[in-house]
Amino acid sequence: MHMHVVESESAPGRAAVDGRELRALVAQLRAIVGERWVFVDEHELRTYESDGLLQYRALPAAAVLPGSAEEVAAVVRACARAGVPFVARGAGSGLSGGALPVADGVLIVVSRMKRVLEVDLENQRVCVEPGVTNASVTAAVAPAFFYPPDPSSQIVCSIGGNVAENSGGAHCFKYGFTTNYVTGLELVLPDGSFAQLGGKALDAPGYDLLGAFVGSEGTLGIATKVWLRIVPAPETTKTLVAFFDHTRAAGEAVSRIVQCGIVPGAIEMMDERAIEAAEAMAQAGFPPGRGAALLVELDGAQRECEARFQEVVRVCEECGSDDVRVARDDAERERFWKARKAAFPAMGRLSPNYFVQDGVIPRTKLPDVLEQIEELGREYGLLVANVFHAGDGNLHPLVCFDAAVEGQAQAAEELSGRILDACVEAGGSITGEHGVGVDKRKHMPKMFSEADLECFQRLRCAFDPAGLANPTKVMPTPRLCGEVPGPYRRHPLEEAGLAERF
Amino acid sequence: MSGTAVRSERPASVGEAAALLRELGAAGSALRVRGGGTKLEWAGPLAAGIELETGGLDRVIEHNEGDFTAVLEAGVPLARAQERFAAAGQMLALDPPLAGGDGEPRATIGGVVASADSGPLRHRYGGVRDLVVGITVVLSDGTVAKAGGRVIKNVAGYDLGKLFAGSLGTLGLIASVAVRLHPLPAETATARGASDDPGALARAAGRLAALPFEAECLDAGWAGECGELLVRFAGATAAERAERAAALMGELGLERGEVIEDDLMVWAGQRSRQRSGSGAVLKVSAVMGDLAAVLEAARRLGAVMAGRAALGLSWLALPEAADVKGALATLRGALPGAWVRVLDGAGAVSDPWPGVDPGALAVMERVKARFDPARVFAPGSFAGGL
Repeated sequence: MHMHVVESESAPGRAAVDGRELRALVAQLRAIVGERWVFVDEHELRTYESDGLLQYRALPAAAVLPGSAEEVAAVVRACARAGVPFVARGAGSGLSGGALPVADGVLIVVSRMKRVLEVDLENQRVCVEPGVTNASVTAAVAPAFFYPPDPSSQIVCSIGGNVAENSGGAHCFKYGFTTNYVTGLELVLPDGSFAQLGGKALDAPGYDLLGAFVGSEGTLGIATKVWLRIVPAPETTKTLVAFFDHTRAAGEAVSRIVQCGIVPGAIEMMDERAIEAAEAMAQAGFPPGRGAALLVELDGAQRECEARFQEVVRVCEECGSDDVRVARDDAERERFWKARKAAFPAMGRLSPNYFVQDGVIPRTKLPDVLEQIEELGREYGLLVANVFHAGDGNLHPLVCFDAAVEGQAQAAEELSGRILDACVEAGGSITGEHGVGVDKRKHMPKMFSEADLECFQRLRCAFDPAGLANPTKVMPTPRLCGEVPGPYRRHPLEEAGLAERF
Repeated sequence: MSGTAVRSERPASVGEAAALLRELGAAGSALRVRGGGTKLEWAGPLAAGIELETGGLDRVIEHNEGDFTAVLEAGVPLARAQERFAAAGQMLALDPPLAGGDGEPRATIGGVVASADSGPLRHRYGGVRDLVVGITVVLSDGTVAKAGGRVIKNVAGYDLGKLFAGSLGTLGLIASVAVRLHPLPAETATARGASDDPGALARAAGRLAALPFEAECLDAGWAGECGELLVRFAGATAAERAERAAALMGELGLERGEVIEDDLMVWAGQRSRQRSGSGAVLKVSAVMGDLAAVLEAARRLGAVMAGRAALGLSWLALPEAADVKGALATLRGALPGAWVRVLDGAGAVSDPWPGVDPGALAVMERVKARFDPARVFAPGSFAGGL
């Protein structure tokens, strides 16, 4: 596989910490969490050298597994005192290299912190530690309630990682993303102090730092407690798969469904190659040779769902589908989803290697951008299969290549980048759910001007003036925080006692 | 006390706003941003001599019907934007009261975002923070910067739209926002049930909120000696589901379980309860389980109350000439875990904002210092003295 071995990359603007200082820090870490939860040997650290994006690898100086919020704070304080950068890691299933260690830094792994601290069904809240898996939140509140964000890694991925990445999933067109469900956070800030943002209630006073923190990719601190909103489980779920001759027709069906005022729980599209691959692995009975498959799921109140479902069937037929299959039972529904979710791993059978791209476009641009992707594939002589969260225009092109063929990996990477160019030109985004991490730093200037990036940096510096939290991620070029220009001036109203600082 | 501006500025473009702010920032001249002027009191006393009006930034830059998104300049009156969206069968699912004390619906999208004000639709669609997908701001050094984008799914860069939502113009000027739109429901129906027992109302609300009803709105209200629950449904089976909810309310001990199909006025009335032309309005951020205590407090204070029953958010309009300070103390005492803030009438008390977590406040101070280094955007007017 094509590798970017970034072991030489360390945090910007910082003199390397020498071996003696590092040994002193490791001794402190051991004192905080106990000998057995600090790893420094290379063979142990290899476990953590990558996250879900395997083409990036780096070894930290130490990996530490704290067991409590207090231990996280003490570890971060020790790093801050030593001036050593740190990276937080949940389950390590992220797809943008967000949890890639910083060479010579400390990796703080929260996987031991997996207690569900409170289940408050009356108020529809759950409070969990960051290492709790996404799926176990729903498990803790089922069957009457559920936690909607459902990234496809939900069995393993952690809530802490979901918070860092603002994870989505197949159901976010209707239900929203992680950020719409986090009502409170306890944080360890990059200087090792604690802050609580929000709580069980909405609309906490002051700036919405909660909203700024979710999706900040580990660059603003480490969440040690997470309050989540849960919602009543839908009364019913109805699912169909419709096959079309062409993605354009399927895209038209998506637009028409949404125009009708229907908000499907999920609306997923696969192109011909993705269908073939998925069928080979999942055997859901999907026919070969069809241009597109559209999986539509409606959930909600029984009668409303039934009424709207008929409309969906009609729209699919009107848009040219001659093969609409309605799931007759849960088993069949499971099979449809199994096929959809198999699309990624199934590519591994068809192609020795592939990159999963994650771009967003305005939904109406779907046919045009698909054609561009097709053309790019031809230009590069590479196969591209497409899977989309069609409702919100989130594309996951799978760029296939063979790393054993000289130059193909580089070509595939270039092609992946050009797909993002097409997304941005269409008015979209370079990432819908995987995050920027280390992988897409270089693409940030496609979407954001220098002034925009500088504005992002203001937020980062407010949380982390020393630049220690996941320092090499998100920004295209490393930058440091200057002093805040001008001293803080006490306002005349405060002087006069008309306004006070709490 | 909301004060009078010494000087008023009305930039006609983002470029003009940037030039003006660069100048004011360099001179250290304090200012406040004014949209429709319907919520000026919420920020407390006016410290600034200069008012920056957004009325010149009033273009609907994009309405992408097929994509259910729009880009609006800050000064666009929300009512005008909604008319335009409605013509395409769409809505921006933000329905805060649009009028100030004088009854004119002048609230602008910029003002609604800056105040993070919300209405009954928040139950289903979320608030400002959930519907703004992109933002362009102008800072006090003249920087024009954007965050987010104009697609409904996007995780590139920091979500500054949320940071600015509810910041009441203390970080910078919101120049424009990109928003997500939703289909305007063709049919709606509302179930109403009444009771003079706060406990019974709260129990019924709890039950309704836990059911997979997919209601558009779930509100509680109180006036005089009587309270009510209102549940609104939308879609092909709206009336049928409302019947079911009304029947359930009866089973749960509420009186007058009725279904109202022509329900626009019911909800307009509910929204208007969040404002007061003459008295103070207190906003309570609590949990659902606190509803009985909030209703009980409304009864004791003689307040008119409207609230999102499942969200724990309530607005209490005190009678004219009420003791605002005393009422605030009563509510904060009755709901120790909640945040109680004074909106209308904030000038009448010394502590309209509840306390902020000290750790969070330290970060907020640094956020203010980084985004508004000249400290000219309504200094000292926000929570925590920011």
